[in-house]
Amino acid sequence: MGKLSAVWRETNHRYRLVAHQCGNCKKMYFPPRDICPDCHRESIGKMKEKQLSGNGRIESFTIVHDAPSAFARQRPYVLALVKLDEGPILTAQIVDSDFSELEAGKKVRAVFRKIREDGKGGIIQYGYKFVLE
Amino acid sequence: MLLSEDVYIIGSGETKFGELWERSLRELAVEAGLRAIESAGIYSKDVQLLYGSNSLGGTINSQNDIGSLIADFSGIASNHIPAIRIEASSASGAAAVREAYLGIKSGEYDCVMVGAVEKMTDLYGTEMLDHMGTLLDREWEAFFGGTPAAMAALSARKYMLDFKVPKEKLLSISVNDHNNASMNPDAQYRNKITMEAAMESTMVAEPLNMMDCSPMSDGAAALVLCSGSFMRKRKLEGVKIMSSAISQDFLALHSRRSIYTMDSTVLAARTAFEKAGLKQKDISFAEIHNSYSIYGMTALEDLGFAEKGRARDVIDAGIGLADPLPINPSGGLKAKGNPIGAVGVGQFVEAVSQISGKAGQRQVKDARIGLLHNVAGTGSTSIVHIVGGA
Repeated sequence: MGKLSAVWRETNHRYRLVAHQCGNCKKMYFPPRDICPDCHRESIGKMKEKQLSGNGRIESFTIVHDAPSAFARQRPYVLALVKLDEGPILTAQIVDSDFSELEAGKKVRAVFRKIREDGKGGIIQYGYKFVLE
Repeated sequence: MLLSEDVYIIGSGETKFGELWERSLRELAVEAGLRAIESAGIYSKDVQLLYGSNSLGGTINSQNDIGSLIADFSGIASNHIPAIRIEASSASGAAAVREAYLGIKSGEYDCVMVGAVEKMTDLYGTEMLDHMGTLLDREWEAFFGGTPAAMAALSARKYMLDFKVPKEKLLSISVNDHNNASMNPDAQYRNKITMEAAMESTMVAEPLNMMDCSPMSDGAAALVLCSGSFMRKRKLEGVKIMSSAISQDFLALHSRRSIYTMDSTVLAARTAFEKAGLKQKDISFAEIHNSYSIYGMTALEDLGFAEKGRARDVIDAGIGLADPLPINPSGGLKAKGNPIGAVGVGQFVEAVSQISGKAGQRQVKDARIGLLHNVAGTGSTSIVHIVGGA
């Protein structure tokens, strides 16, 4: 079950795709992290928020049939690794697309959607999904 | 460097793996522990340290402090020895063995026990799947619909595409697992499966179907480890741990260098072979972490038995009991079963049976040296042990 504060504190990243950029090597990180794994000490205090474009390509995808309870009503759904134009790869669903049109390398863009619902009366959680460009 | 003691496995035991509705977490742990103690020919008062291995007790069974629980119900609480739990997701088992090994290597302890247990069937269906998400990055994988099977499927699709590997190759590891498990009384699934049936099984996360995926299992396994001097003094026999190596990587699949190479396995294997002074050709059999068939393929490559993308060559050369590289003589994670926190210790139980020539029908001929490979989740931690020799 999602707790309200745990959902609320990630809204900037999940609603608006805000990444972290290392002020030292300029590499972009999503999900955001406070220390750059390449620059270590040199990056401390230099990780800056940076807006991602939401554009990327499919790295790989799967159609999930055996789904956790929070996703039971969405099954079968498409889960993908999306390589964003700015560099980072993230894990997200691809929606509103014909399964037969999916292919590694195809262009996708981020949309704002409902992600999951934690049971009856639970919090409805929102964030990014992707659609074929 | 100080001269440290060699470490031997002098006792081993496990429960049956499977859906054991009538057995509780603590009963399973105690049953395996007793078998290990009995096979070692020592008394519980000889044990100076206990590591409990378990991954999901806190979430599935609402029970933490598994170390104390095992010590208590094994009847040794009043011995007041240290008893704590080691957790590293599905690599908890090998992680606990490694900590026990280091405890003896350090000279602090002479005789250490590892008790590993997972009780998964107290939850059913999707409820269980919710808890499996804790093996991933909860906030950035599971939150968006990621499941362990889905993450494996992402690796599988790209692997099959980039190296033009047909699905049958992946499934041949599962078919081999079931074949070996049919000869293992402790295995969860003792039925053999055909390639046709495997190809047609229910879809889980495309391109992986049910026969690509290890099951939910209850089960426990336990070992007694001791120093060479303890073993000689007591006139006991044991199987030597020739090397132990561990390596770690990014938690989430999307952060890794590659989605079908486990760098953690590559590095752990390299260290394990180096420390043992052995090469891949010296290995008599391997127990690999095939929680999903694709991980079996990549394991063969990352452990150094094949070049990247060429695991199929190892499979084509043969992975059966009498073949050049017997894989998972126990039945592996697919068919012997996958009680998450116990599976790595179960691999040691099999290795001891094989090396001491007590594996019955599934005995690998001249089984002298075994390689054991245990992985956390999608590859965040890999642990490789090489056992046997001499």
